[in-house]
Amino acid sequence: MKWVQTSIGMLALVWLTGCRSCQEGPLASQEPVERDVILATTTSTFDTGLLDVLVPDFEERTGYRVKPIAVGSGQAMAMGRLGEADVLLVHSPGDEKAFVAEGAGINRQRVMYNDFVIVGPAGDPAGIRGQKSASSALLSIAGQGTVFVSRSDDSGTHTKEVSLWKASGVDPVGMDWYTETGLGMGLTLNVASEKGGYTLTDRSTFLALEKTLHLDVLVEGDEALFNVYHVIEVNPGKYPDVNSAGGKSFASYLVSPECQEIIRTFGIEKYGTALFHPDAGNVD
Amino acid sequence: MDLILEGIVKAFTLIVGLDAEVVRVTMLSLAISGTATMVAVILGVTAGTWLALNRFPGREALVGLVNTAMGLPPVVVGLFVALMLWRSGPLGSLGIIYTPAAMVVAQAVLAFPIVTGITLAAIQQIPPGFRLQVLALGATRTQMVWVLVREARLLLLAAVMAGFGGAVSEIGASLMVGGNIKGQTRILTTSIVMETSRGNFDVAIALGIVLFLVAMAITVLLTRVQQRERKR
Repeated sequence: MKWVQTSIGMLALVWLTGCRSCQEGPLASQEPVERDVILATTTSTFDTGLLDVLVPDFEERTGYRVKPIAVGSGQAMAMGRLGEADVLLVHSPGDEKAFVAEGAGINRQRVMYNDFVIVGPAGDPAGIRGQKSASSALLSIAGQGTVFVSRSDDSGTHTKEVSLWKASGVDPVGMDWYTETGLGMGLTLNVASEKGGYTLTDRSTFLALEKTLHLDVLVEGDEALFNVYHVIEVNPGKYPDVNSAGGKSFASYLVSPECQEIIRTFGIEKYGTALFHPDAGNVD
Repeated sequence: MDLILEGIVKAFTLIVGLDAEVVRVTMLSLAISGTATMVAVILGVTAGTWLALNRFPGREALVGLVNTAMGLPPVVVGLFVALMLWRSGPLGSLGIIYTPAAMVVAQAVLAFPIVTGITLAAIQQIPPGFRLQVLALGATRTQMVWVLVREARLLLLAAVMAGFGGAVSEIGASLMVGGNIKGQTRILTTSIVMETSRGNFDVAIALGIVLFLVAMAITVLLTRVQQRERKR
C-alpha cells in the first residue's frame, strides 16, 4: 500500500507546483492578464534573434509581457483577422495594405528594411551569379530546371517570390524542380543547402545562418528585392478583445529612437554587418 | 561529422555547467508533462476501469474509439485545443492560450486515451472469476474495484510511463497552444525545433540529449518501482 500513498503524495506535489505555474506562469509575474501582448511576427525577426533583444528591453521599459508568435506574414495577418494577436510585425506590403483597408489593422508604420537575395550553390548550375534582374535569374533557373526551394507558406518572402515568378512569366507550381517546403526561412534554407538548390531569402536570416549553409548570395541589388517591415496594430474597434493599449505601446516602442538605435547596430558584432536598417518615420 | 562532435561537446558543457536556460526549459518540460500525465492518469484510470467493468450498448464502439485515440496525432490535438482556447473560441474567456496551462491541457488530451487504453486492457486481463471471488468474500463494489486496480498495478505503471512518454516527447500541440515563448512556454521539444531553424545545431543536439536523459530517468524510476513491486 505504501507505493500508492507515495505516488499519490508525489502526484499531489506535482499538481500543486504545476498548478501554480499554470496560473502565474513560470516567471511568477504578478501582472494582470491584460499585461500580455500577443505579437504575431514574421519568422525572420525571430530566427535572427532580433526579438530576443527587443522584447526584454520593451518589457523592462513598460512592464508589459510580450508573447511573440513567429509565423509567416500571411499567417500573422490571419491571426490579426481573428483578433488573436494585438500587434503585427510583418513584411508583405501588398497584403498589409489590404489588411488595413478592410479595417482589421490600424496605424501601419515603417520599422526597418533590408533586402531579399537569391542564394544558391557555389557551383551555380543555372549561371545566375551577378545577374541584375531577379526575375530574369528565376527564368534562367526555370530554363535549366535546377532545384528551387520555395517557402510556400504565404509568408512575406513567399509573396515576394510569387510576384517575381509572375514578372518572369513562368508558373513554377507543379514543376518537378520546384520544391515547396511550407517551412520557415531557417529550415527552408537548410533544405536548399542540402539539396543544392536555389531559394529566395531575406538577407538577415541568411547572414544569421550562413555558417551552417553551403549557399552563396548570387543575385542582389535589384529594386524588386527591397524588403520593408511594418508594424500594424490590430483594430480594437473591430476586435474588442485585443489588448490595444499593449499593442500600441509595442508599436510606439519599435519606432522610438531607442529601439531604432538597437536595430541599427544589431548583428554587427556577430556577423560583421547590420542585419536590418532602421526605417521609422519614412512613408511608402 | 564535426557538427555531431561539436554538438556533443556543447551538450556536455551546457549540461555539466547547468546552463540557466537549459535548466529552465527542462524544469518547465517536466512540470508541464508531469502535470498533464497526472491529470491523464486520474481521468484515464477511472475511465479505463469503468469501461472494463461495465457492459452497455455502444461499449464496443467506445473501446474502439479509445484504442484509435491512443494514436492521436499531436498536431490535430494542438489545432483542436488552440481553436477552443483562442480568444474567439468557446473557451477563450479563460485567457490561457500561450500559457503552460494550455500546454497541460493539450498534453493531457494526448495522454488520456493512452492511459485509458492500457488501464482497460490491464483490468480486463484479470480473470472474471477473480472478481466474483472478491465479491463472494463480502467485498463492496468499491472495495472490489480497489482490489482490481491494485491487482493491475504493474500494468498501470506502464500506463503512466507511456502517458508521460507521449506527453514529454510531443511537439506539435505544445508549439500550437504554447507558442514557444521564451521564459514562459518554451520547453525541450519546441526549443529543439527552434534552435535547428536558427542553425544552432550544437544547442539542438544538447537539448536532444537532455530530453533523452529526462525521459530515460523517469522511465528507469518508474520501472524500478514496478519491478520492486513484482518481487514482493
